[in-house]
Amino acid sequence: MNFDEILQIPPYSLDKKDKEKLLTERLLELTEHHRENCQEYRCMLDAISYYGSKITSYYDLPFLPVRLFKELSLKSIPQEDIVKTMTSSGTSGQAVSKIYLDKVTSSNQQKTMVKIVSDFTGSGRMPMIILDCPSVVRDRKMFSARGAGILGFSIFGAKKIYALDDDMQLNVERLKEFLKIHSGQHILLFGFTFMIWQHFYKELVRLEKEGIRFDLSKGILIHGGGWKKLISEAVSPEEFHQRLKAVCGLNRIHDYYGMVEQTGCIYMQCEYGHLHASIYSDVIIRKPLDFCVCGIGQPGIIQVVSTIPESYPGHSLLTEDEGILLGEDDCPCGRKGKYFKVIGRLKDAEIRGCSDTYAAKFQ
Amino acid sequence: MQRYGGVVIRMQLNSSKNENISYVLGDRETVEQMMLTSALTPFHETVVNYLNEVSRILMADKNAKAYPDIITFAFWIRKASSIQLCQRFYQKDGNFYIGRGILFHIAPSNVPVNYAYSLVAGLLTGNANIVRIPSRDFPQINIINDALKEALKLISYKMLREYICLVRYGREQEVNDWFSSIADVRIIWGGDATIAEIRKSSLAPRAGEITFADRFSIAVIDSDNYLKNGDKKRIAEDFYNDTYLTDQNACTSPRIVVWVGKEKETAKKEFWDNLHELVERKYKFQPIQGINKLTSSYLAAVSQDNIKVEPQDDNLLIRVKVPRLFDGLMDLKDNSGYFFEYDCADILELRGLCDDKRCQTIAYVGDKEMLFPLLQTGIKGVDRIVPIGKTMDFDLIWDGYNLFERLTRQIDCQ
Repeated sequence: MNFDEILQIPPYSLDKKDKEKLLTERLLELTEHHRENCQEYRCMLDAISYYGSKITSYYDLPFLPVRLFKELSLKSIPQEDIVKTMTSSGTSGQAVSKIYLDKVTSSNQQKTMVKIVSDFTGSGRMPMIILDCPSVVRDRKMFSARGAGILGFSIFGAKKIYALDDDMQLNVERLKEFLKIHSGQHILLFGFTFMIWQHFYKELVRLEKEGIRFDLSKGILIHGGGWKKLISEAVSPEEFHQRLKAVCGLNRIHDYYGMVEQTGCIYMQCEYGHLHASIYSDVIIRKPLDFCVCGIGQPGIIQVVSTIPESYPGHSLLTEDEGILLGEDDCPCGRKGKYFKVIGRLKDAEIRGCSDTYAAKFQ
Repeated sequence: MQRYGGVVIRMQLNSSKNENISYVLGDRETVEQMMLTSALTPFHETVVNYLNEVSRILMADKNAKAYPDIITFAFWIRKASSIQLCQRFYQKDGNFYIGRGILFHIAPSNVPVNYAYSLVAGLLTGNANIVRIPSRDFPQINIINDALKEALKLISYKMLREYICLVRYGREQEVNDWFSSIADVRIIWGGDATIAEIRKSSLAPRAGEITFADRFSIAVIDSDNYLKNGDKKRIAEDFYNDTYLTDQNACTSPRIVVWVGKEKETAKKEFWDNLHELVERKYKFQPIQGINKLTSSYLAAVSQDNIKVEPQDDNLLIRVKVPRLFDGLMDLKDNSGYFFEYDCADILELRGLCDDKRCQTIAYVGDKEMLFPLLQTGIKGVDRIVPIGKTMDFDLIWDGYNLFERLTRQIDCQ
């Protein structure tokens, strides 16, 4: 099955049965494709004695832990076909995921994202405010997750500005002028959850005390990157929404879940606060103890599958995130497919034994 | 403080740095007193009786009952056990033996009772001990320390107060410097990185050092012997204690099971089934462990051809069958129930694995003599061979060192 054919199908139009058929067919093909073209992947499948012949559902396909992309260079294309290498945002010293893209996969990522996001924002470009600083995207050869997100979403922007300067200071004048030019229009805002809170929201609160207030009631904010850092500031998603609304009138706010290992297939949050899987990808929640599939309401490890990756074997991945399936095909927003909630990252193991833990403190 | 020809030169610890040390047993004065106090003869009567008293207190402590590691420790410090050690180690050869003086122990941070064994080894050999104990608040540590303190209150053991000082501190090098400068022997438990860190602090010219570096251990099971054994539950229990009890992450925990004999497949099934049943009942599984072990399995899979991950019903026990014992296999090891397996036709196939200096213990089921041809090839690794279930049993010969010899001085009398 060709990816272009899949792209013709509206993102939230298939019910469970049709989606399962589509995903099973495409993901089985991708598994075989990567088995043929990625030696490491082939070794892994051999090691678990996976031969594919008996698979009737994509639920039974092997999944790779995302951490493998930090340890290994996994790709299914010759070196010369790489057009982009994306990396996860890790703090210095930490290993980062390396994701190799060729033209096809890179372009399919973008097309998919357009389909998904347009379902929430409407088609047609809008003036766009990027709630970050321009230096993040300067090195175009090595994309960090932050840079990739910004560039990915930039295609929805007609006129774009960066709200922050490279020192992460809000540029008040630039923002004022942009809003003046585009007053009355819908405006798209994009950024990472923690950055928005730290460098945008907090600054707006400060400015309000000085009598400066921005009206963003016509704005649509899309933000991602997780809540981990905000948990330490004790900010819940609900509070994030309420406080932003209070300070600048922002009303349409969509969180999304996604990862650099499966760029393109993001999971957007609907008006009811649910993250949605489109037909281009899916989530499967699995029990930590035996990787069996969890039912609705039962927390477990999130596996993500995507129909996009052709240049690297990342079409079926086991994340280290914990989530809960909330339902399937019946969200009040009308979108079909699974909807779910992300609980957070799994805790690192506390291991006994005499090998170093003292050493870790020195790094 | 350093001692040169009987003159005491104090190396003063900057008082602000001293504030970083929390004294759990003893205080700063105890340390200063240690520099003046004499060493004792090994297995000194007061020490042996004191340890017996600590043992008695622990055995009677209701809270201690929940911790098999405390009970094992309490058993090991009984008077009868100390006397046995004395008979084994203390040679009556006409020479005088005496403790070396002050020992500075750096205990591993994630094994609760290890510090106590290190301390006892120091006391029995006649030394004063400064022990850096784990910063994590293990309940076992409080229970043992309470017993140590209680016994010290007795008038007959008062003299031992200047032989025991337990401390906690962060990673301050100044503190390492101070304790290292006054130590006659420094004992570093932990791993390679800890050793490198502590070695930034220099020792006195005549001082010695014992380092317990990163090691790995293996198990060899004679399948035919195993199948003949009537108590397979016991063997499972023993192997569980060797591995899962410390998250299979101690230097003594077998990382690979090597099968010898004829009935390998039958033995494997019984062995792993019995172990799995126990793990299911006793082991506290952490959600991330399944992902960790899956990651390790795949990393092993790409390192060599023909690696097979045995299919399992759950993530408690992961077995990875390797077709040969290749170089670097042990760099792929993992913990928390992740076992390599190898079918061995000739014991000498283990030569490469055991020639690695990091190889510490071979735990076996069967006749230990099956291993002798391997040992006789002059391998550079392997410090001990013990029956399965005994890998954690502490002894004054540990990790290839004779601690009695290392922690005493011999006065040659001709």
